[in-house]
Amino acid sequence: MTDGSSAKIRLEGLSKRFPGQREQAVDDLSMDIPEGEIVIFVGPSGCGKTTTMKLINRIIEPTSGRIFLDGEDVTKVNSDQLRRRMGYVIQQIGLFPHQTIADNIATVPRLLGWDKQRISARVDELLETVGMDPGDYRKRYPKELSGGQRQRVGVARAMSADPDVMLMDEPFGAIDPITRDRLQNEFLRVQERIKKTIVFVTHDIDEAIKMGDRIAILREQSHIAQFDTPERILVEPADDYVSDFIGRGASLKRLSLSRVRDVELHEWPTVAESASADEVRHTLEGSDKSAVLVLDDQQRPVQWVNADHLRRASHGSRVGEIGLPADAVVQPNATLSDTLNEMLTARYSCAIVVDSDRAYQGIVDIDTINESVRGMRQAEQDRLRGETVPDGQGVGS
Amino acid sequence: MSTSTQDAGPVLAARAGRRSLAGWLFMPVLLLVTLAVLYATVQSRELSSGEQERLNVGSVMGNLREHLELTAVSTLLVLAIAIPMGILLTRPFARAITPPAITVFNIGQAIPSIGLIVLLAIVYNIGFRPAVIALVAYTILPVLRNTMVGLRQVDASVIESARGMGMTKTSVLTRIELPLAVPIIMAGLRTALTINVGTATLGAFIGAGGLGELIVAGFVQNRQLITVVGAVLVAVLALLIDYLAGIAEDELRPRGL
Repeated sequence: MTDGSSAKIRLEGLSKRFPGQREQAVDDLSMDIPEGEIVIFVGPSGCGKTTTMKLINRIIEPTSGRIFLDGEDVTKVNSDQLRRRMGYVIQQIGLFPHQTIADNIATVPRLLGWDKQRISARVDELLETVGMDPGDYRKRYPKELSGGQRQRVGVARAMSADPDVMLMDEPFGAIDPITRDRLQNEFLRVQERIKKTIVFVTHDIDEAIKMGDRIAILREQSHIAQFDTPERILVEPADDYVSDFIGRGASLKRLSLSRVRDVELHEWPTVAESASADEVRHTLEGSDKSAVLVLDDQQRPVQWVNADHLRRASHGSRVGEIGLPADAVVQPNATLSDTLNEMLTARYSCAIVVDSDRAYQGIVDIDTINESVRGMRQAEQDRLRGETVPDGQGVGS
Repeated sequence: MSTSTQDAGPVLAARAGRRSLAGWLFMPVLLLVTLAVLYATVQSRELSSGEQERLNVGSVMGNLREHLELTAVSTLLVLAIAIPMGILLTRPFARAITPPAITVFNIGQAIPSIGLIVLLAIVYNIGFRPAVIALVAYTILPVLRNTMVGLRQVDASVIESARGMGMTKTSVLTRIELPLAVPIIMAGLRTALTINVGTATLGAFIGAGGLGELIVAGFVQNRQLITVVGAVLVAVLALLIDYLAGIAEDELRPRGL
């Protein structure tokens, strides 16, 4: 958790019991949402994540507890006024079908009494932000747009009065995977610039890892199982519930957060293409490996050669002509996840690392990856023990 | 979000279902021809004194005016009662009283209109007022039901997003729910108008006047021509009002739906 003074939104002992239900939907939830970050509520269906989000703008009124926005207690203020300070996007988007795109986007500015020129300029600006030509789209109606475009308009509408806070309930949930991926990336790019405080609800842990600066993994009744950065959740799941929810792919997911250039490369015995069979045999005997890597005169990997190959090779043939092709070649910017994938199909359970000129640099083997996972875990643990916890470790930074 | 609009949506016609000019003109022309034929038929006959008394322009126009008054007053009353009632009954706090309320209004429509009119005449004496009450009781249900259906079919996510952006309940009702319910409310109103034009004919039985008087007088005096004139005029009026309501329905439907 961050220092309370920088919390944009603070929830204190928030509970919600729906009439006629014995169990609380949200039970005594307290959390700080830091300014300028994307905080993801993620959890299985029915865990109360959407209810929790709706408690923040009081679309659902809490039964007890308090909500602070910028340090101000907003639990009892006029809820309509409160909502105009927060952008709101839901999965179904809910554009007004009888209003043009421009009128839809102008909803909150009109409620706030902006003048016409200011509203019109803002509408154009927002349409451009979400990549839609204002001249083309202002006067259209929602039914004339595709699903992806409606979603963009929904985000533009939520940003219309430039709120500091945006609440988004599975905003990309009803969109096909390809468009979703693009919209997610676009949204992250926009967020880099606008730095809103965003509460984002999803049931998809991959989306949470991709979009979140911080992830709150919720269990039933919105109890927080873990509230942390994606890295720490992957490396240091708080309990079995969290590791179950992340799924078996946690280490793999973690591996796509780091790259070959971040790990220490191992050595492998190499010989030049021009070397004699005796030299190869000598090199082999001097190492614990079962094969040598043959490099050409520009240090590019060519072949794997082992003792068997040497025995079977006809006398006098060059080492470059015997053995097996050097496959599983990766460059330093490859992710460890991709590298592991290459490695699994390789002959010697290792991936050959080359630079951009394809010159040999070293190898990555399964031990390297193991070490790196362990190292990342250690680093996170050290950081956890450290006095100062660095803020805002985003994914893929 | 810089990649522009690869996912361009379909471009729809500005307004679907707009009628052609011929479509607009068909009904008025048909009705004018019918009236012309009726007028010519009456003119070509040698009328008895009883027929002359009933079928002169002044008398017929008087009946028409009474008929329109009955229809207009009862329809306005229905709108004034049924639309606010429909709004109230669709608010969350009224959920418990909605079914009994519907049952009460259902009674009005279940009783045969002639029976209702006669009963009301016995209670309130004869005249304009009981006829209007009977018509209102008879047509309140279609308008009420359509108002409720119209409001209920508004997508919940549209209302939620409106509330979530900070629109007040009142402005969600007036700016989102009611406009989106207009097509269905208008369809109910059109039904009510058509029923009222026809049922107002029965007003003649309790001295409320209207074109029904011609039909009744024709029977009483055994003058078929008077009955036919009354019946044709009621039919023409009903079709004309339905036609006008249809135009209103098209014009009032919000764009984008």
